[in-house]
Amino acid sequence: MALDRITLTTFRNHAETWLEGASRFNLLIGENGAGKTNVLEALSLFAPGRGLRRAALPDMAGTQGSGAFAVSALLAFPDNSDPVRLGTAMDPARAGRRIVQVNAAQASAVTLAEWLAISWLTPAMDRLFMESAGERRRYMDRLAVALWPSHVRHASRYQAALRERNRLLTLDAEPEDRWLDAVEAQLAEAGANLVQGRARLVDRLRERLEALPDQPFARPALSHVPGGPLHAEALAEALARNRGRDRAAGRTLIGPHRDELDVSMAGKAIPAALCSTGEQKAMLIAITLAHAELAAGDRPSLLLLDEVAAHLDPLRRAALFDRLRERGAQVWLTGTELAPFADITGEAAVWRVKSGAIERI
Amino acid sequence: MSSQEIDTLSSALARLPGLGPRSARRAVLWLVKRRETALVQLLEALDSVREKLVECPSCGNVDTQTPCSICADPRRESRQLCVVEDVADLWALDRARLFAGRYHVLGGHLSALEGIRPEDLSIASLIDRVAAGGIDEVVLAMNATLEGQTTAHYIAERLEGYPIRITQLAHGLPVGGELDYLDEGTLAQALRARRPVG
Repeated sequence: MALDRITLTTFRNHAETWLEGASRFNLLIGENGAGKTNVLEALSLFAPGRGLRRAALPDMAGTQGSGAFAVSALLAFPDNSDPVRLGTAMDPARAGRRIVQVNAAQASAVTLAEWLAISWLTPAMDRLFMESAGERRRYMDRLAVALWPSHVRHASRYQAALRERNRLLTLDAEPEDRWLDAVEAQLAEAGANLVQGRARLVDRLRERLEALPDQPFARPALSHVPGGPLHAEALAEALARNRGRDRAAGRTLIGPHRDELDVSMAGKAIPAALCSTGEQKAMLIAITLAHAELAAGDRPSLLLLDEVAAHLDPLRRAALFDRLRERGAQVWLTGTELAPFADITGEAAVWRVKSGAIERI
Repeated sequence: MSSQEIDTLSSALARLPGLGPRSARRAVLWLVKRRETALVQLLEALDSVREKLVECPSCGNVDTQTPCSICADPRRESRQLCVVEDVADLWALDRARLFAGRYHVLGGHLSALEGIRPEDLSIASLIDRVAAGGIDEVVLAMNATLEGQTTAHYIAERLEGYPIRITQLAHGLPVGGELDYLDEGTLAQALRARRPVG
């Protein structure tokens, strides 16, 4: 089901890796540095974008090969219609350029998203609730872009307009008001689109999360706290009103760049940052799953969960596996030991990963 | 290897938009081989451009006559003025004779980060042209970029109060575009800019 017959050719530490007989649950077990996450990263390239490490393409090419890499897989459908062969590779002649093939025909990376949806959670995201608000804004934007691709344009236009306004506010010679009016009009339009996208994202996630029980898996309660008015006109007015204050501060003090994503543990009403490591992990997983469902729609979907079992106790691990069973997604999990996955090993395809080689067990 | 003369020419050509050192060397070699034919023609063409081309004092277009052939053309609609960022934009619009009026070239766009201020653009001369009267409509044909739209907004404010109609190029559905393939930002823009039919 979903992806099978997967090949990795000179991809990071995998010289030539072949995975066949993938199942609903797929476990990659191995020591640190064996190349488990590299397999997940390779799979994440079947979505548009830069993959789960956001790495540059030349970094993904194996050291022993020609400096290029290739990844391919067969996408099967539940209705047994003809499977589709997906492939992606780095063009060795033009490093940094990705080639995508669907059934051996050249395609753009964006078309991959028409075939399947991929979501992932990696240990790099574990500190999300402890980080600065900026990290959480980037997180919201990344999730929003997966649902509405044009969100990325609003975000970059807003950033550019914000830099313009901040520059105008710090000029030695005070610029004429009309120039500020013009920049603020652009800032307010992009800002309203940006903040409304985030608000819509958090609303959709909240709808899904509220339907879940508080126990045994910590349930996150999300709220989006906007850093300024939600509508373009009100935002433009507020910006105009605040010019004096912003000039004194040397930067813009209101707007979506001051948004915050508040997360607390439902039931106990404790801010996520004060929860235990395991509770934080459980809440991240819940958000990831809720978002994956939203993003997948009716496409086949893949969940890549790197080292998720580590911080969870047996009760919560069991709850996680139950929740994964309820869903249609194909799941790929990594771990250093098999024991934490005892509940699902019966129904899973298990591979042992060792120095870039893979063995089915 | 190559002589000083060839290096100097290569390095000058390399700075042309879209060329770069490799293409420049190739162009120089090509010219050297055709020293008596193509090179002579190129020299003459460059020389005549240097001698004859001037910026139109009225609209900012580049031409061999003053005022430029567009400003001087009596068949042009003098009551309509189309404002563009650069001469290239003017040429793009005029190549297909899409616009029957006259033009005004700003010479760039506002950008606080690049240090381009209103007084660095030919906005004052635009206001003068409008203030002189005889113009009914000013079409703002700026790029749909942040800087272009900021500039359009700024000029619209500067022109407030004059008895003219200020219009702007439409943004939205591209010709031949399918709704299914458009992102929602473009769709929203097209919806906002909808107009009555018939």
